[in-house]
Amino acid sequence: MSMRPNFAAAALAATLAGCASTGNKPVAVPVNRDPYPSTYQAYPGAPTLLRGATVLDGEGGRIERGDVLLVDGKVQAVGQGLAAPAGALVVDAAGKYVTPGVIDIHSHLGDYPSPGVQAHDDGNEATGPSRPEVWAEHSVWPQDPGFSRALANGGVTTLQVLPGSANLFGGRSVTLKNVPARTVQGMKFPGAPYGLKMACGENPKRVYGSKGQIPSTRMGNIAVTRQTWLQAQAYKRKWDAYEAKGGDMPDRDLAMDTLRGVLAGEILVQNHCYRADEMANMIDLSHEMGYKITAFHHAVESYKIADLLQREGICSAMWADWYGFKMEAYDAIPENVPLVDRAGACAIVHSDDPNGIQRLYQEAGKAMASGRRAGMPITEEHAWTWLSANPARAMGIFDRTGSLKPGKMADVVLWNGNPFSTYTRPERVWIDGALMYDANNPRLRPVSDFELGQPGQGDVK
Amino acid sequence: MIRSMLLGALLLGTVVPASAQTIAIVRGTVAIGDGSEPIGNGTVVIRDGRVVAAGPQVSVPAGARVIDAAGKWVTPGIVAGFSRLGLSDVDAVDGATDTSSEGPFSAALDIAPAINPNGQPVAVNRANGVTRAIVAPSVGKSIFAGQGALIDTGADMDAVTRSRLFQFIELGETGSEQAGGSRPAAHVLLRNALREASELGRSLPISSSPTDGDQADPRQDPVVRNPNESRLNDARRSQDVLLTRFDAAALVPVVQGRQILMIHAERASDLLQVVALRREFPRLRLVIVGADEGWTVADRLAASGIPVIASALSDLPASFESVAATQSNVGRMRAAGVKVAIGTINDDDTRMSFRARHYAGNLVALGKLPGASGLTWGEALAMVTSRPAEAVGLGEDIGSLRAGRRGDVVIWSSDPLDNASAAEAVFIDGIEQPLTTRQTRLRQRYQDLSPGVLPQAYRQ
Repeated sequence: MSMRPNFAAAALAATLAGCASTGNKPVAVPVNRDPYPSTYQAYPGAPTLLRGATVLDGEGGRIERGDVLLVDGKVQAVGQGLAAPAGALVVDAAGKYVTPGVIDIHSHLGDYPSPGVQAHDDGNEATGPSRPEVWAEHSVWPQDPGFSRALANGGVTTLQVLPGSANLFGGRSVTLKNVPARTVQGMKFPGAPYGLKMACGENPKRVYGSKGQIPSTRMGNIAVTRQTWLQAQAYKRKWDAYEAKGGDMPDRDLAMDTLRGVLAGEILVQNHCYRADEMANMIDLSHEMGYKITAFHHAVESYKIADLLQREGICSAMWADWYGFKMEAYDAIPENVPLVDRAGACAIVHSDDPNGIQRLYQEAGKAMASGRRAGMPITEEHAWTWLSANPARAMGIFDRTGSLKPGKMADVVLWNGNPFSTYTRPERVWIDGALMYDANNPRLRPVSDFELGQPGQGDVK
Repeated sequence: MIRSMLLGALLLGTVVPASAQTIAIVRGTVAIGDGSEPIGNGTVVIRDGRVVAAGPQVSVPAGARVIDAAGKWVTPGIVAGFSRLGLSDVDAVDGATDTSSEGPFSAALDIAPAINPNGQPVAVNRANGVTRAIVAPSVGKSIFAGQGALIDTGADMDAVTRSRLFQFIELGETGSEQAGGSRPAAHVLLRNALREASELGRSLPISSSPTDGDQADPRQDPVVRNPNESRLNDARRSQDVLLTRFDAAALVPVVQGRQILMIHAERASDLLQVVALRREFPRLRLVIVGADEGWTVADRLAASGIPVIASALSDLPASFESVAATQSNVGRMRAAGVKVAIGTINDDDTRMSFRARHYAGNLVALGKLPGASGLTWGEALAMVTSRPAEAVGLGEDIGSLRAGRRGDVVIWSSDPLDNASAAEAVFIDGIEQPLTTRQTRLRQRYQDLSPGVLPQAYRQ
């Protein structure tokens, strides 16, 4: 049913174009930029006052004995001594922490779901090094049990699901609210911009080199990437002219549509890239071709060029302590996140892992502790920006979520202790003001279709 | 500088022998690692490379080197309960990785020659307080992976504490794949191999190494000297054999109960098949690895007495053999009386064993959740120290601060099960270890990015 308005719009546009074509130049038919629109609807939530917590607001602020008021799905107020509106649910949060929900900028949940059988291997369209035409959302299996673990154990309220890194251009990402739904459309974050997954380094050259194709080297990676952008520029010129002046509709190309969206600044580049020298190459490449890199992902060597990343305004999405699993991860160090942060560059802690996403808060804790040991004073309230404000900015949704500011989505976690510690778990999680998880209420624990009727169904997991 | 000199001395083998050192670590919060809760203001004494005493009322011997651990925590070194530590420097680099083989041999493979004490993962885990590791090979093209070892992470060239400690095999999904595509195939392969080994073993004396002068009853000693030695060449074999002679010979100590048979299985029904093996081959010394669904058959595992080295936080139905996986698995098995330990099974196990203490901390946290089963703090620490040692029959030697154990001791900045803590001093066999790694050196090189008079490459 959700398709109907778009069909209608398209039909209307076609009709208008048809009428207009009686003149000497047909008017351009607009391309539908949102053909798989979000059908996500916030679930109902009671007005709720969290009282007396340590509040980390997600953009660097901290309030002791703080209150957070959630009304109509939004954060209504944050402060001390807030009055509960009539009928509001009041939660005693003394001795606990309240934060914005964790945002994972790098996940493959749904695209590489559990169980990890071959039939579910939907993350890499590894049939050609440039595949900007594929969209991660068309691989997402909403029944992946991993979503529920990320919610209940990790306090994850929003995540970006990306294609894998086999390709230089992996395809479009999708941003999801971590609310179970029957369809991926039912999880899509309304109005979130698309991302484009790009990759440099070992993976693309290994995948295609082993097939005897280009790229088989890092220089091949760069050459194919540049060549593809040249195509995109030509495509964009054609379509920009058509949309401005009408005339014969150029052929549409899904791959080029995505790249044109990047060149137009509508789609954010999420670039898998480990090594410092390769990031520098990709930065020059982006300048050459006229686009902006929003974030480097798995950026284990960002600490070597943190100054450059700061100047360029590029975020780094990083692990706390992963190292050594491949050659381009050999120089990973546990102070990467804090060193990037200290340089004034945007630091993000990401998971890329269905287990890691359940403990991103602990990963941030490890990164904070490593930084402190190395002499960098990092406050808890600042470290939480790695999990909420910074990823929200790099996903283009910071105006709607990612911090506890009035008017923002009430995506909130109540933690039963210090939210960087191994000893802490989410106690309750609200998404758009609806209570989606409550550790004390077994009925507020989602069970995917896959797990229904299986041993352990509904277990605490 | 002093540290690098010490390292140099260690590498040259010229360090003062451990027996010359007596060390007393005083005033710390001491956790023994045997399941007991930590003790404030405790003392740990190490002499001749062994723990002499640990606890609240321990006197400091005269002449001891005294280390003040006030405000710190002192525990036994972390024992990686199941790992591939030392077998790889970089996972995705074939030449630097020795976890599995596609060659002609399987059960005969002995990982000891592959252990590289200079590998970065060894140094990183040492610097993170992991002092010993149970190291298993991975399967190549058989259900038999070969023989695993216990190693230490010391900064010296003698890493292997016990070689040929166990034979590692895959049942379950991986085993079935290796055996040709089904569980029955894997079970027949296993039984056939044990039959071939039994036949071979009947023509051999029980000890396969009478020349090394060790008079200990080999059945009391989990270490097999060398089942592959050349005099087995004369053993007669029937024509109906699948295994190479070396592979069959390697399984002789297994069927005779002198070498542990460590079996990886996750699914409840697979676990019960392992329990049943014991009835069929009563002399087998079994250890189960994995057991994601162990909680569903915990009473039967407990009754079998088979130790289990489990993944602490596995909670996804990652495959059809782990459908019932839950983080409560360890706590529930423990509550049912199963001998449980924590390992990092197929979990970045060549290099991330140091995560195990955080995993243990997570199981303490789990105890606060309604409906979940967690662990006490003391039991959680034991899961990554003494319990894995006990699972492989070495609880008298490593894994706790009880008197007589090896002097593997870590001084932590704070509670080691919380992720804010770090190892500040690490002793292995009573010898203090260097904690510098490539990671610490890279951090020092790049922590200041302001341009210097020379490139970063000159900052050493």
